[in-house]
Amino acid sequence: MMLLADAQHFVRPPEWTWYIVPYFFLAGLAGGSYAIATLLRLRGERWDEPAARVGYYAAFLLFVPCPILLTVDLGKPLDFWHMLVNTTPGGGGLNFKPWSPMSLGSWGLVVFGLFVTVTFVEVLVHDGVLRLGLADRAVRLLDGMPGKIWNLVGAVLATFVAGYTGVLLAVSNQPIWSDTWTLGGLFLASGLSGSAALITMLVHYRREAQFSTGALVLSERLFALLELALIVLFVVTLIPNGALGDAFGFPWILLWLVAFAALLPGLGGLVTDRLAVTGEGTVVAQPAVASMAVPGLILIGVLALRVAVILSAQ
Amino acid sequence: MAEITPGKAYGFFTDTSVCIGCKACEVACKEWNQLPGNRPVFGDGYDNTRSLDSQNWRHVQFIDNVPDETMGGGQGKAWLMMSDVCKHCTHASCMEVCPTGAIIRTEFDTVFIQQSVCNGCRDCIAACPYDVIGFDEQDGVARKCTLCYDRLQGGLEPACAKACPTDSIQFGPLDELRQQASTRLNDLHAQGVTQANLYGHDESVYGGLNAFFLLMDKPEAYKLPNTKNAVLPSRNNFGGWLTGAATAVLGLFAGLIALRRRQPPPSATTPQGTPAQGAPPPAKETTPPAEGSTRGEARVP
Repeated sequence: MMLLADAQHFVRPPEWTWYIVPYFFLAGLAGGSYAIATLLRLRGERWDEPAARVGYYAAFLLFVPCPILLTVDLGKPLDFWHMLVNTTPGGGGLNFKPWSPMSLGSWGLVVFGLFVTVTFVEVLVHDGVLRLGLADRAVRLLDGMPGKIWNLVGAVLATFVAGYTGVLLAVSNQPIWSDTWTLGGLFLASGLSGSAALITMLVHYRREAQFSTGALVLSERLFALLELALIVLFVVTLIPNGALGDAFGFPWILLWLVAFAALLPGLGGLVTDRLAVTGEGTVVAQPAVASMAVPGLILIGVLALRVAVILSAQ
Repeated sequence: MAEITPGKAYGFFTDTSVCIGCKACEVACKEWNQLPGNRPVFGDGYDNTRSLDSQNWRHVQFIDNVPDETMGGGQGKAWLMMSDVCKHCTHASCMEVCPTGAIIRTEFDTVFIQQSVCNGCRDCIAACPYDVIGFDEQDGVARKCTLCYDRLQGGLEPACAKACPTDSIQFGPLDELRQQASTRLNDLHAQGVTQANLYGHDESVYGGLNAFFLLMDKPEAYKLPNTKNAVLPSRNNFGGWLTGAATAVLGLFAGLIALRRRQPPPSATTPQGTPAQGAPPPAKETTPPAEGSTRGEARVP
C-alpha cells in the first residue's frame, strides 16, 4: 500500500463546481432525512410518526433537484442515460461498474429515487393530501412488514446517497480528495447532522410532530460528534502528504471555521446538557429548539464543509 | 514500417535524448486530427503549448534544467525536452473510473475515448495522473490522444511518429520497441550517460505504458509520477466505503440512543391531544398510528 507521504499529483482538476456543490449538499440532506425518518418510524415511539413523515417529505423535495443538477453538469446532458446503458457500438446491456463510484452513484440515485418517491406518495396518502383510490390501494400494499422492509432498504440506499459523493471524490488522483479515505464517512455524518437540524426546523411547523424534537436535537448532537471525529481523521490523513496547507489555506479556512462553528452548538449541548438517563429513557435536559438559528447555522455548516472540500482541491 | 495487425499491442517509444523540441509532432497531430488548438501562451520559455488537453494531444515540454550560474564544460546539464503524450496505460486510471464505458482498449491495445459514448462527466480528468485528458467545451466530451486509431486501422503509423525528424518518437509493436529501448539505454550508459533511464517500459508504472519514455532525469523532473506514487484511483475504494459503512453504523447507534424510550406527550391517552393541554390539535387524518402499527393502519378513514 502506498504511503500518503509518497503521493505526488500531476492531475488536472475536473472543474466540478456550481452544479456539483448544491448536488452534494442536497443529496446529503435528502439521504440523511430519509434515514432519520426511517429511524423515527421503525424505532421511535408511535408519536414519532408525524416527524417521520416530515422527514420523508423533506427527503423527496430535497432529492428532486439532484438528478437535474447532475444532468445539467454533464458536457452532453441529453446523454445522461449513458451512465446506465452501455452504448458502445456492438455492446448493449446495462452499465454497472461496482469499482466506479460514479457508476454506483448513478444506479444508487435511480433506485433511491424510486424509494423516496413511493414513500412520498405513501405519506401523502396517509396524511390525506392525496385522495386517489388507485394510490390509496397501492399504498396499502406497504402496510405492515412490506412497508418496514421498504423503508429499511430505502434507508440503506439513503445513507449510500448521502455518503457516496465523498467516496467519489476520494476515488480519483486529485490532491486532497485522494489523499484521504475519510470523505465518504465525513459527508454522511455531515448529511445526517444537517438532516436532523433540518427536520428539527420543519417540525416547528407541524405541531403534532413536535414530540420528536428532543430526540432530533439529541441525534443532531451525536451526529455532530461523529462529524467532528471524522474531521479530525480527515486532518490526520492529510498531514503525511503535506496536503493540509492546501485544504485549510486561505480562503478555505474561513469555510472550515463556518463548518466548525456549526458543530459547536451541538457539541456544546452534549457537554452542558447532560444526557439524562432516567426511568423514562434518555432525554435531552434542555431541548434548545426555540430558535431557528441553530439549525440554520448547522445547515450552512453542511454547505460550507462541502464547498471547502470540493473547491480547495481544484 | 511493417504491417499493422489488429490484436497486437502497439505503442510509442519516445527517446527524449534525441528530442530537439521542434514541435513537428504537435503540428502533425493537430493537422491530422483537425485540432484547432488553443491560443499560444508566451512566457518565460519556449513552451507556448503549456499542457496536454483537449486540443493538444502532443506537448513538447521544455524543462530548464540548467543552473543560471556558469558551469564548467562537460557537466552534462542541458535543457530537457520531451514530447509528452497519453501513456495508454495498461492499468488506466481513466478507464477505471469512467462510468459510461466510453473509454475502451482497442484492438491495438491502446486506450481510446469513444466520443459518441462519452457524456462529459469529467471523472476521467480527475483520475488521469498524467494531466492528459481535457474537456472539450464545444463538443461537451473528454478528449485525448487516440494514438491515431483511424490511421492504425488504415495501416498507417501515427502522425506524430511519422513527422518526428529525429526519430525521438518511434512507433511499433510494443515488444520490438522495448528491445530497441533497452539497446538504446545500454548504449547511453556505455557512453557515460548514466542518468538515462527508461520510464514505463515495464510493469512498475500502471502495469506498463504503451507510450513509454527514455528520460534524461528522474521522472519527477518531467512531472511524471514515479513508481511509488503511480497509484490507481481504486486504491481508495475499500477505505472510502469502509469508512462510510462504519459511519452509517455509528450513525444508527446515535439515532437509537436519541430514540430511547422517552416520556409520552401529555396527550398520550388522547393521541390527538387538545389545545387546552398545549398538545397539538388534531390534524386531518394525521393521527399517530395505533400501538403495534407502523404508519397508521388504524387511522381514521
